[in-house]
Amino acid sequence: MAVEPGKAMASKSMSIIVTKGSLDWAYPPFILATTAAAMGLDVTMFFTFYGLPLLLKKLDLQLSPLGNPAMKMPMGGMHMGMPNIASMIPGIDGIASTMMTNLMKKKGVASIEELRTAAVESDVRLIACQMTMDLFEYTLKDMIEGPELGGAATYIEVATKSDINLFI
Amino acid sequence: MADQTVDAKGLNCPLPILRAKKALKDLAPGKTLEVLATDPGAVKDFQAFCRTTGNDLVESTTEGNVFRFLIRRVE
Repeated sequence: MAVEPGKAMASKSMSIIVTKGSLDWAYPPFILATTAAAMGLDVTMFFTFYGLPLLLKKLDLQLSPLGNPAMKMPMGGMHMGMPNIASMIPGIDGIASTMMTNLMKKKGVASIEELRTAAVESDVRLIACQMTMDLFEYTLKDMIEGPELGGAATYIEVATKSDINLFI
Repeated sequence: MADQTVDAKGLNCPLPILRAKKALKDLAPGKTLEVLATDPGAVKDFQAFCRTTGNDLVESTTEGNVFRFLIRRVE
């Protein structure tokens, strides 16, 4: 969809359903949303189930190596996975999360807070799933400024008009 | 000589693009933006960014491990 220099592309649009709220899974939706917005697309993010807490004012993102054999961290020139049984040790998820956060900082990867701010500043439309809000007992007061409430029909209306629809 | 420079060295995807976009927004049409990056993925990404947004990628060069992009704001 290359455009001739000098001609801005006719406005395209993208929607993303955000269903996962762990430290690692929070990245793909925010990276794609902010990049698409930077490239001139109208972007909508619909936060549901475990994706909803990504809108909370204070984020405390964690990840778990449990049941994730693909998670191998670079360590002294090698790549180390963590056996599932290690997840029985109290605090291991916290340690793994801190390791990942430090690694990301070292490699110049943006924090989720930074990407989320960029999304808000670039007018990405944020929709918080009303049903999930009720289910997990959140109100808009718990959330950052910006999200609106909506349900499945609200999302479907957006999706019917979007060029790209992703489920993450 | 570019009208403005964004130093995105050491930053990883998608930050070089986001920083460039932020700077381009405040640039008058016809003015140029220089972006410095060390992320090797930025080479293809700035081509795609410029193709999609209609901005002009005037130069894309490499010096050592630093990639330099010169973008002219068009819209």
